[in-house]
Amino acid sequence: MLSDLPLWPERASTFAVSVDYLFLFILVVCAFFAVLIFTLVLYLAIRYRRRTPEERATQIKNSLPLELVWTGVPICLAGVMFFWGAALFMRRTIVPPDAQDIYVVGKQWMWKLQHPEGPREIDELHVPVGRPFRLVMTSEDVIHDFFVPAFRLKQDVLPNRFTSLWFEATKTGRFHLFCSQYCGTNHARMGGWIYVLEPSDYQHWLSGAMGNESMTDSGAKLFTRLGCEGCHQSHDTERGPTLVGLYGKSVQLAGGETVTGDESYIEESILTPASKVTRGYTPIMPTFLGQIPPDDLFQLIVYIKSLNTPAMARRQP
Amino acid sequence: MSATAARVLPHEDSGTREHYLNVRYGLKSWLLTTDHKRIALLYLMSITAMFFVGGAFAVVMRLNLLTPEGQLVSAESYNKLFTMHGLIMVFFFLIPSIPAVLGNFLVPLMIGARDVALPKINLLSWYIFITGGTLALVSAITGGVDTGCTFYTPFSTTYSNTHVMPMAIGVFITGFSSILTGLNFIVTMHTMRAPGLTWFRMPLFLWSLYATSVIFVLGTPVLAISLLALGAERMFHVGIFDPNLGGDPLLFQHLFWFYSHPAVYVMILPGMGVVSEIIPCFARKRIFGYGFVAFSSVAIAVISFLVWGHHMFVSGQSVYAGLIFSVLSYLVAIPSAIKVFNWTSTLYKGTVTYETPMLYALGFIGLFTIGGLTGLFLAALAVDVHVHDTYFVIAHFHYIMVGGMVMAYLGGIHYWWPKISGRLYPEWWARLSALVVFLGFNLTFFPQFILGYLGMPRRYHAYPEEFQILNVMSTAGASILGVGYLIPLVYLAWSIRYGPPAPSNPWNATGLEWQTPSPPPTENFETTPVVTEEAYAYETRPLSYV
Repeated sequence: MLSDLPLWPERASTFAVSVDYLFLFILVVCAFFAVLIFTLVLYLAIRYRRRTPEERATQIKNSLPLELVWTGVPICLAGVMFFWGAALFMRRTIVPPDAQDIYVVGKQWMWKLQHPEGPREIDELHVPVGRPFRLVMTSEDVIHDFFVPAFRLKQDVLPNRFTSLWFEATKTGRFHLFCSQYCGTNHARMGGWIYVLEPSDYQHWLSGAMGNESMTDSGAKLFTRLGCEGCHQSHDTERGPTLVGLYGKSVQLAGGETVTGDESYIEESILTPASKVTRGYTPIMPTFLGQIPPDDLFQLIVYIKSLNTPAMARRQP
Repeated sequence: MSATAARVLPHEDSGTREHYLNVRYGLKSWLLTTDHKRIALLYLMSITAMFFVGGAFAVVMRLNLLTPEGQLVSAESYNKLFTMHGLIMVFFFLIPSIPAVLGNFLVPLMIGARDVALPKINLLSWYIFITGGTLALVSAITGGVDTGCTFYTPFSTTYSNTHVMPMAIGVFITGFSSILTGLNFIVTMHTMRAPGLTWFRMPLFLWSLYATSVIFVLGTPVLAISLLALGAERMFHVGIFDPNLGGDPLLFQHLFWFYSHPAVYVMILPGMGVVSEIIPCFARKRIFGYGFVAFSSVAIAVISFLVWGHHMFVSGQSVYAGLIFSVLSYLVAIPSAIKVFNWTSTLYKGTVTYETPMLYALGFIGLFTIGGLTGLFLAALAVDVHVHDTYFVIAHFHYIMVGGMVMAYLGGIHYWWPKISGRLYPEWWARLSALVVFLGFNLTFFPQFILGYLGMPRRYHAYPEEFQILNVMSTAGASILGVGYLIPLVYLAWSIRYGPPAPSNPWNATGLEWQTPSPPPTENFETTPVVTEEAYAYETRPLSYV
C-alpha cells in the first residue's frame, strides 16, 4: 500500500521544472532550520534538565551578536527566496510571442474552451507537446480558478474581466484540471483533463474535431449581426475609429492617457464603451454589458484581432 | 521532581477565604458582574462551547474525506461544514481565545490593578460577543452558510442561496467585542500599571497583548466596513463588488484581507506571549533577549497591515503589487524567527522541568517553527502560484493556528489554572493529553502539506483516488486529536471540585499575578503592589515548585 503513496506531483510544463527547483531550495533551507531548532530544543531541554533540587540556572540576559546573526541570516536567505520566486513569477507573465491563444470560459460548474480554429471542448483541453499556448480566460458568473498541478500553474478567472495564463507542455499524457477557487456547490466537480498529445496526434485530433466554423468567421458574423460595422469600418469615420490594426497598437484616449489595444481593452470598450474613449470621438456607442455572453465576446475579439492581417482587413466593409 | 508529591498539601484554605468565585453566588452575580476575572470565565465557557461546535464540524468533514467520493454528506452540506468550521473557529474561538479569556483574567493582575480601566465596557463586550455568536449559531441551525469563511464576492453577494446575512451580521457584531476588548487593554496598560512597573519591566505577555489590541482597534473596523458593503450589495443590489452591477470583485478581497491578515497575527501573537511566560518559569531563567522579543511583537503588528496582498498573487491583481507583497511577507517572517531563536536560547544553562505548561510550550515552538517556515514557500511568488488554494495552505495555517495558538492556549490554561480555579489539575493526565494532542495534530496536518504540493485543492467535497491514502492518514490523526482535546475538558472540570487546593504561587513564578492568593480576591490585591525588578527575575525566586 505504501508504494502507492504519491509524494511528488508529475512535471509536465517548462514552468514545472523551475518551480520544483525553487521549492527544493526552500525545502532544504527550511529543513535545515527545522532540524536545527528541534535538535536545539530537545538537546537543551534534556542537557539542562534539573538534576538536583538545589541546582541554579545561570542567568544570561542577551547577546547582541547572536541577535544580529539570527536576524541577518534569515533576511539574506529570505532575500534569495524572494528574488528567485519573483524572477520565475515574472517569467510567468511574459508570454512568448509565438504562443497560440485558446479561449476559456468558466461557469458554475464547467470549463468551456474554444480553439481559434473552431473546435470547442468542455472540461477537456487537447494541446500538442512543445508548443506555447496562452489561455485567455473569463467567467460567466463567480470567480473560478484554472489549476493544472502538473504544470505548476493556476490563475483566477474573473467575471467581466480577462486574465491569462501561458504554458508549454513538455510531456505527453493526461493531467488533472481543477477549479481551485471555491465557486459553490459542485466546486469539487468542476474540473477535467488536459490531454497533451504528440504534434501529429494533435493535428489528427484537430481535424477530427473540426466542424464548427473558425472563431474569426463566427466573430465576423456577430460583428455584422450586432451592427458594429455601422460605425467601425476599414478606415476612421466620423462616427467611430477603424478597428483595423487596433490589436497591439497603442491608443490615445480622450483623457490624454495611452492604452494598449489588448483583449482587455477591446472587452472593456465593448461592454462599457464610455469608460475609455479614443481621442477625437464622442462617446455615442451604446453599452453591451450583459448582452453578449463571454463566448460571443471571445469570437468578436478574435475577429477584431484578425483585422490586423491585410487579407482580413480587406474583408471589412 | 518532588513537586507532585508535595501538591496534596493545601497551603491555604480557599474554601473559607473570600475570593472572586465565592463572593456572591447565583446567575445574576455572573451575568451582571464587572469583575474582569468573572468576565474571563464567561468568555471561557462561551468559547469552549464554540470550540467543540467548530470541532464537531471538522470531524464530520474529515470523516467525509475518508473516501474519494465523499459519501458521508452531500456537496452542499460539506461546503456549509467547512464554512461554519472556519467562521466559528476564527471569529468565535481563536480571536477571543487568549485575549478575551487569559487576557481579561491576567492584564489587571499582571499590572497590579484592581480591574481593567473600563469594567462595564468589558462586560458589554461579552454581551456583544454572545449576541454575535448567537446569530452565527442561528444561521448554522437554520440551514448554514456556504460561502467559505472568506465570503468572496460575487459568490457571497449574488450567487449563494444560503443564510449569508445572519452570519455576516453575527461576525460584524462580534467584531465590536474585539474592538472594545482591545481598547480596554490599551487604556488599562497605559494608565493603571503599578508603581515601578515600567514598560520594559512588563511581562512579555502584556507586550504581545498590546500589539494584539492595536490590531483589534485598527483592523476590525475595516472588516465591519467590508461586511456592511457585502450586505448592501446582497440585500439592496448596490453595485460594489459584482461586476454585473458595476462593482469590482477584487475590491472585496482587498478589504477582507486588509483586516484578515492582521487578524491572523491576532491569532498567534497572544500565543507567543503565553510561551514567553511559560519558558522562563520552567527553565528558571530570565528570557533571552527581552527587548528583541518585545519589539518583535510590535514589528509583527505593524508589518502585518502591509502584507494582505499575498493572499491574492493569482487573483488577477497587478504583478508589481505581487512583488511588493512578497517582499513584505518575507519581512514579517523575520520577527517570528527572532522570537523562536530567543525562546530556544532561554533554555541554555537553565534548569528545565517538564510540567504540562512547559510541554505545551515546547510543542508550540516545534509546531510554530514548521508553520512559520512553510510560510516561506507561500511567500515565494512562483511557488505560491502552485500551492495557493491547495491543502498546503490548509496545513500551513493550521500549524500556526492550531499547532501554535491552540497549543499556547492550552499551555496557558494549565499554567494559570491554579490561579483561575484555585485548584491544581492532575499532572499525569495533563501530560498525557499534551502528548496525545501533539501526536494527533502532526498526523492530521503533516500529510496535508504533501497533498497540497500534489495539487489537491482546498474546499473539495470529493477528490481523485490517488489522494486517498494521505486523506485517510489525516482523518486518523484528527480522531486522535479530538480525543486529546476531550481529556482536558474532563479533568479540568473534575479538578474544580476535586482538585487539591492551589497555593498562591504553585510554580514559584515571577509576575504580580502570583503574589495574590489563588483564586484572587475580587479586588485582586489587598495593597497595591510595588514593582522593583525586571520581569523574569528568576534568580531571586525559590527553586522548587509547590
